[in-house]
Amino acid sequence: MRSVVPLYEWETPPDLASALGRMAREPGAWKPFAGGTDLMVLLEAGKLPHRRFLNIWKIGELRGVETSADRVSLGALATYTEIRRHDVLAREFPLLGRAAAETGSVATQNRGTIGGNIANASPAADSPPALLVYDAEIELVSARGSRRIPYANFHTGYKTMDLAADELIWRVHLPRGRSGWRQYYRKVGTRRAQAISKVCFAAAAKIENGLIAGARIALASVAPAVLRSRAVEQFLLGRRPSPELALSAGAELARELAPIDDMRSTARYRLRVAQNLLAEFLETLG
Amino acid sequence: MPDSPGKLRVSCTVNGEPAEFEAYPMERLLDVLRRELRLTGTKEGCGEGECGACSVEMDGALVNSCLVPAAQADGAVLRTIEGVAAAGQLHAVQQAFLAYGGAQCGICTPGMILAAVNLLDRHPSPSLDQIREALSGNLCRCTGYTKIFESVVAACRKSDGRG
Repeated sequence: MRSVVPLYEWETPPDLASALGRMAREPGAWKPFAGGTDLMVLLEAGKLPHRRFLNIWKIGELRGVETSADRVSLGALATYTEIRRHDVLAREFPLLGRAAAETGSVATQNRGTIGGNIANASPAADSPPALLVYDAEIELVSARGSRRIPYANFHTGYKTMDLAADELIWRVHLPRGRSGWRQYYRKVGTRRAQAISKVCFAAAAKIENGLIAGARIALASVAPAVLRSRAVEQFLLGRRPSPELALSAGAELARELAPIDDMRSTARYRLRVAQNLLAEFLETLG
Repeated sequence: MPDSPGKLRVSCTVNGEPAEFEAYPMERLLDVLRRELRLTGTKEGCGEGECGACSVEMDGALVNSCLVPAAQADGAVLRTIEGVAAAGQLHAVQQAFLAYGGAQCGICTPGMILAAVNLLDRHPSPSLDQIREALSGNLCRCTGYTKIFESVVAACRKSDGRG
């Protein structure tokens, strides 16, 4: 059932201040609209709940990828294509490039943005596991000012997040210094391209003298929101990668996940695949 | 000002020519291309960004026109399948699709050709993997893809990708 197109209102603010002003005057009334790769699908299905859209696609302050000595900062409107083509991201944050490359097709990647992927808050999103592995911080902005929070604290439940009605996602900051870590990303879907994940897994580990001295494990499609598995990270510390470790870490992982049966997969399959991916990651460390 | 309440006047460049039309902001670019500009070469397949039949170029980037609201076409430079042949001469990719059986029923063909042309503009001599990736968002239910890949490979050989 298609939506009735004339019902929708549209406004194109010329800059960030105007956009934030509009959102401050009527909090929650205006839905930010960037590349439209999620919202237009809802429109087509007649499931778009919003009536008024703020076109932020051309707002310069939300664009670009900036590099400084200690971090790389992505504007919320950085597209998957920009992420894939960025030298420093490709070199130091390869999991993000992998996630971008596995999101939709070229056409989706040209329009889909990192901010949109975060704000859409799908538990199956491809880039959040990579962001969690890199300890990303998210910077939110409103007419009241800006604030930064760890991305790991941003999603609070199924499609809920720490984002006020007058706030926009402004930037995503990635601290540099993960380059010495072994990194791993794998998305399991129905096909290689254009699939929504059944399980998505991103991880990194620092190895010292054969032992795991630091670990980040993050997953999508196995819980109401994308998940950083702190229990498994803790469990791995100080241990030596081995098939036995993979088994016991897999049992630990099962306690943290809450996969469901849905149209894409089953809870049982998702749990098993998540454990297998954890084992495959640990194998790469040996 | 537009004549109908709620509609916007949209100005853009389509296939090298200035174009203007009125549309509701959230109308799909796909629909206004077909209805207002009579460019019916752009096809609708799934209508949800999965199949690529509605692929067009917007400011040089391949997009699914079913996922672009008309309002965002304002000021854009668009290329549709009607703008691929130049001066009555088919593009090398179009010629190769004819010669190598890259088109069967034809619904995916405009989008498939735009995706291939867009790739060759960026990478004149792509690897087979690059071709497969560039066309991965364009679904075809007839060919099994092999003849399509062969067509694109042949187009690269023939033209060095310059068309």
